[in-house]
Amino acid sequence: MLGFQVALDPKILVYAFAGCLIGTLVGMLPGLGPLAGISLLLPATFGLNPIIAMVLLGGVYYGAMYGGSTTSILMRIPGEAASVMTCIDGYAMTQRGRAGAALAISAIGSFVAGTLGVVGLMLLAPTLAAFALRFGPPEYTALLVMGFFILAYMSGGSMLKTLAMAGFGLMLGMIGIDAMSGYTRFSFNVLALADGVGIVPVAVGLFGVSEILLVAGQGGGPEIKRPKLRELMPSREELRLSVGPIARGSFIGFMIGIIPGSAHIISSFVSYGIERRISKHPERFGQGAIEGVAGPESANNAAATGAFVPMMALGIPTGPVTAVMLAAVMVHGISPGPMLIQQQPELFWGFVASMYIGNTVLLILNLPMVGLFVNLLRIPYSYLYPCILCFCIVGVYSVSNSVVDVWIMLVMGGIGYVLRKLGYDLAPVALGLVLAPMLELSLRQSLAMSAGDYMIFLQRPIALTMLILGVVLLLLGLKPLLTKGKDWRASLDVIKE
Amino acid sequence: MISILRRLHNDQLSGLMLLAVGVFAAWQNLGYPLGTLQEPGPGYTPLLLAIFMAVMGLLIAVRGRTSPTLSDTPWPEAKRAVVIMIACAVAIYALEPIGYRITIGALLIFFLGVVERRHPLTVATVAVGFSMGTYYLLAVLLRVPLPRGSWGI
Repeated sequence: MLGFQVALDPKILVYAFAGCLIGTLVGMLPGLGPLAGISLLLPATFGLNPIIAMVLLGGVYYGAMYGGSTTSILMRIPGEAASVMTCIDGYAMTQRGRAGAALAISAIGSFVAGTLGVVGLMLLAPTLAAFALRFGPPEYTALLVMGFFILAYMSGGSMLKTLAMAGFGLMLGMIGIDAMSGYTRFSFNVLALADGVGIVPVAVGLFGVSEILLVAGQGGGPEIKRPKLRELMPSREELRLSVGPIARGSFIGFMIGIIPGSAHIISSFVSYGIERRISKHPERFGQGAIEGVAGPESANNAAATGAFVPMMALGIPTGPVTAVMLAAVMVHGISPGPMLIQQQPELFWGFVASMYIGNTVLLILNLPMVGLFVNLLRIPYSYLYPCILCFCIVGVYSVSNSVVDVWIMLVMGGIGYVLRKLGYDLAPVALGLVLAPMLELSLRQSLAMSAGDYMIFLQRPIALTMLILGVVLLLLGLKPLLTKGKDWRASLDVIKE
Repeated sequence: MISILRRLHNDQLSGLMLLAVGVFAAWQNLGYPLGTLQEPGPGYTPLLLAIFMAVMGLLIAVRGRTSPTLSDTPWPEAKRAVVIMIACAVAIYALEPIGYRITIGALLIFFLGVVERRHPLTVATVAVGFSMGTYYLLAVLLRVPLPRGSWGI
């Protein structure tokens, strides 16, 4: 009730609506994902109270998840990475004249998954926070190591490349003053680098600028079909076929969302693969199967909510988006972690309640107004990308009024462009950068606690369990490399897509 | 040199690049104390990470023969990407000395007028409208401090 008291405040409602609207628009624009949207809005939240800041940024996050599906279904262009799987069957449905039904199922699935995800967050986060009070440095180290192994195992590409990218991100996180000794590392005499490399310039560079470099100059986009309002109603058969995928997608997405990594992307891949595998007619997938829209869309929205569990309960961001949101809270002097729910109940419950409201707002926004939003996509990309680039520059600059940050963004954009051309997934870089200080601190504290004995990680049951799980997944991931066997993702027919 | 590069496979090149980054980081790290196992110093974790990166890079390069060669990978957008990067670099360099509005306006004129060859009136409208509009939205309404340059514009 405390949460709804907070969230139903008219001011909060306005910000929740604004966040959802901005998020939907941001999700629809190629090159501007949830991260770029949140990064651009971050400086504007400094003057707001922390609850409003979280509600606004949260609205942008799950709004972008919804918005990304519209371009996937209508144009076969994923507005953001998690919508890649929706392109396959969503666009095929559009070609068969069922765009309206695909958009409706996508919105309904996202609403159901988002709402179930919030229930999960409400039940799980306080429990996890209470459990996390038993965590010491060795447990945090093991948790982070396990997260990287899970990320490597679950990611769609090569395990070696994913681990290498995570290592690159961790290495970037070493730049700046060492918190324990005061040494300045890898700053190359650039004073601004002593503060370290921020997540915003790196993420905007890797995801926003590199996308523009890849797409700019490739000619006009595909024809956009504008669905009519009366076409939005799915048939009874389509509704019946969507129930199972939405339920499974919600569960899978939420569980994957809790794990550090690019969870919403992975969850939509896994959901699509599972739906295709258990379908009695797998040949329909790729030809406009409604299950291929319902499952991944539900999964990526549930994952977006699941990502808030470790963020709220442990103070651990599961990805760059939650990292930026944590930064927004920390600016207001609030320390995220297991004590957050006890010390700032109105922040936690207000945020949770605002997510219920946000999901309802998004359902209202996405169905009747889809025709209106589609007009945005009619702006030629040759006009859009220069404006997006300018937004990237001003957004990064305004985070800490530093031109060095904008240079970092540009360099990371170039690096991201080359790495994407060479087949690397960039999400582990951002995640590594975010988790680097926490991993280093907990590792060094663990070694100090045990007088330099690495056995401390095996002597503590929680840490040992997490490490065993991580190593098992690592070995499972390495199996195809050693035996030239099939990768588990290939068995789900996901990699080929 | 170029012919050797073209015969390299994508993963071989990227693996070698990662190996180089790892070796460079390890070499830079020589300047920081490693400490002891009981009390690891500031150079301890970076050294572990540099070794990890170098090993990953080596493994990717060794297994890289199955990936496509560089000459097989199309880079049709590379020229435009370089132009965009250079234009952004000039804009970033000019951002603080000449201010947000002029820099962003000039950047948009370059992209829309020179790179995309749009109609001059449209270019002028978008450039002036965007730079002034975003300045008003961000600097005036949202109170985000944006650079005004030495002329105070």
